[in-house]
Amino acid sequence: MPGNPDTTGLPVVSIRGLEKSFGALAVLRGIDLDVARGDVVSIIGSSGSGKTTLLRCINALETYDNGSIQLDGVEVQFRNDEAGRRQRRNEWELARLRAETGMVFQLFYLFPHLTALQNVMLGLRKVRKMEVAEAKSVATDWLSRVGLADKAGSLPSQLSGGQQQRVGIARAAAMGPKVLLLDEITSALDPELVGEVLAVVRKLADDGMTMLMVTHEMAFAREASSRIIFIDAGRVAVEGAPGEVFREQANDRLRSFLARVSHL
Amino acid sequence: MFWSVIESLPFVWRGLLVTLGAAALTVSMSLVAGLLLGTIVTYAPWPARIPVRLFSDLIRGIPILVLIFFVYYGLPVTGLNLNNFAAGVLAITLFSTAQVVEITRGSLQSLHHGQMEAAKAIGLNFPQRLTYVIFPQAVRRFLPPWINSVTDAVKGTALLSLVGIVDLMLAIQQVIGRTYAPMPLYVLGALIYFVINYSLSSLSRRLEARYAYIKE
Ligand SMILES: Nc1ncnc2c1ncn2[C@@H]1O[C@H](COP(=O)(O)OP(=O)(O)OP(=O)(O)O)[C@@H](O)[C@H]1O
Ligand SMILES: [Mg+2]
Repeated sequence: MPGNPDTTGLPVVSIRGLEKSFGALAVLRGIDLDVARGDVVSIIGSSGSGKTTLLRCINALETYDNGSIQLDGVEVQFRNDEAGRRQRRNEWELARLRAETGMVFQLFYLFPHLTALQNVMLGLRKVRKMEVAEAKSVATDWLSRVGLADKAGSLPSQLSGGQQQRVGIARAAAMGPKVLLLDEITSALDPELVGEVLAVVRKLADDGMTMLMVTHEMAFAREASSRIIFIDAGRVAVEGAPGEVFREQANDRLRSFLARVSHL
Repeated sequence: MFWSVIESLPFVWRGLLVTLGAAALTVSMSLVAGLLLGTIVTYAPWPARIPVRLFSDLIRGIPILVLIFFVYYGLPVTGLNLNNFAAGVLAITLFSTAQVVEITRGSLQSLHHGQMEAAKAIGLNFPQRLTYVIFPQAVRRFLPPWINSVTDAVKGTALLSLVGIVDLMLAIQQVIGRTYAPMPLYVLGALIYFVINYSLSSLSRRLEARYAYIKE
């Protein structure tokens, strides 16, 4: 990987012509997307439109067929070999690059054998190579930022869904990722627990965390994001500031999508 | 007759040691090999998976006794000469390895794929993901069937007597040949096997309880 050129002015995430098929099903058909530092971008779109797939491509949980995804100017999944051919990066390079993107999952996926504190500490210890004391203090700090200082010693099975998801956010954010990817992180929660999780996301946004989130919470997307992306037929169909996107409803597909979700 | 039975106890004791030695060798070698091959069969790309799959299916399709005869009489044909103890232990180890492969695969696959993904997402590499996330959760599902397979291996060692190894089983039969007291000696033998296996299964229950805190 190249060193750290000055990338302050460049987008953190830069996606060009991204294409991805599952067999005959072309899910992404040329996505172009830039996420600037400190941006909070919400991705909306109907079920099956490829929102999850897009996030998974960014942190290399899924490979893509064509196009490019760059993180601070570094191609995430591929590199060119000596002969100039495109090669998928090996396991070690992928692992290092994945550490630069955080992912929060719809179903939390906390490690059930570890306490909340240990869940947050694992990546700090093994990937960031921090000493126990340092990892512990960083992890404790993040648990308090998500309002769970008193649950540090609890196992995931002893936490509510909302608390588990907040640990999930702390686990991802503590790694100091360049971008945090959030995939419908409140859709598995009971309605009364959604608020506490969104409040944490809101706070991260205010603290300047760069985020790319898939959400069905239109009110939250409208209020918390700096930009909205509507994905349709594998492309970015509409893109703009929340006010604009929701006010103008620039195309029919967006209009019918918004009409449908507002009934939910 | 009573005294001759008592007098023969040291001989039975030596047989027991042979049984325990064979079992210990079998269990430890099959554990290492089975964990490795089971991990390969679960995660490796198909060219590495296929030979392991074939090995496991083949071995599990052969009765353990046939396997013992096969290794004992068959290997010398290929020019490899093993004494009867080594041949017998090798055969039971092969059998047991195939069991451990399947138990390993089963317990790894029973974990939600989200665990692997969450571990990837924080940047752990493959060995780290196995060490810190996957294996610690898989033990809980691995232990009960594995202890079961250990008791199978212990019982399987009784078949070593058929290739002339004086294990617990053959020692008892030889003592019966000398003393004509089959009942007390068979009861003694059954009791010893039972005590070994019962200790193993209570150990298993204790271990299970120790890992019961992991709830997905
Ligand atoms: N591993 C896979 N193998 C085959 N098809 C897949 C796979 N993952 C996703 N798909 C398909 O790709 C399409 C896009 O899926 P994706 O999960 O990205 O949609 P989504 O926009 O996140 O939908 P939702 O809002 O329901 O979460 C769907 O048709 C889905 O069935
Ligand atoms: Mg999705």
